[in-house]
Amino acid sequence: MKAHLTRRYWLSASHRLHNDAMSAEENAATYGKCNNPYGHGHNYMLGVTVSGQVDDHTGMVCNLTDLDGFVEREIVERFDHQNLNLLPEFAEAVPTTENLCMAVYKILRRGFSHAHLEKVRIEETMMNSFEYAGEGEGNL
Amino acid sequence: MVYLTRKAEFSASHYYHNPEFTQEENRRIFGKCSNLNGHGHNYTLEVTVKGEVDPRSGFVVDLKRLKEILNHEVLDAMDHRFLNKEVPEFLTRIPTTENLAIVIWQRLAPKLTNAQLHRVRVYETPDLFVDFYGEA
Repeated sequence: MKAHLTRRYWLSASHRLHNDAMSAEENAATYGKCNNPYGHGHNYMLGVTVSGQVDDHTGMVCNLTDLDGFVEREIVERFDHQNLNLLPEFAEAVPTTENLCMAVYKILRRGFSHAHLEKVRIEETMMNSFEYAGEGEGNL
Repeated sequence: MVYLTRKAEFSASHYYHNPEFTQEENRRIFGKCSNLNGHGHNYTLEVTVKGEVDPRSGFVVDLKRLKEILNHEVLDAMDHRFLNKEVPEFLTRIPTTENLAIVIWQRLAPKLTNAQLHRVRVYETPDLFVDFYGEA
């Protein structure tokens, strides 16, 4: 039988929302306080949902050790306690939580093979959350 | 179609062990969860049912009846129990969160006559949960 499993992880990182292609006024109007030149930070909650058949022998969709190991190594290590603007993923893209969701999704989609990736959810604060399930992903 | 979710909490102990595996395999696959003396969790259960709103009562489902079913089928059977030893389904199946969601679905689905079961979500901890939609 098919089940969905969701695991939550935590990342703390800083960012500044700013697009060089916009004027200073446009940036300020678009991003408000998030455009503060010195940046600011969040404790991000990352929820990873995978699905698959529950294995008869283990009772599992996938071994949590594999999922935790992959996320720690490939995602937490990469983004936690970093300035997102300085990372290669955001060299061309503004580090909004939408784009962070998509970047995390791509890493999982390319590298995690123990279960089917359903979606990535990131809560930037308790009031804001974002989800990406690969729609319109094109060539990852 | 309207969806209604009812939450419940229960505390139970369990361990993961497959008698077909060697002791080393059990240890490698299940890690700390394979300790035969068991360990426990505070589980949170969310049961979501769906249906059309009854024009006379304004309900998707009679919550009182849903609560009785949850109490009888899940809480009486599992709360403050050792899942491996006291819940019949887990005498032969490993009580992972995945299987717990499936077993709870299988217990509830036949009892819910007026509304359709949509999802069973079981939180083992606040950072780990499983959803089961009754899919084969």
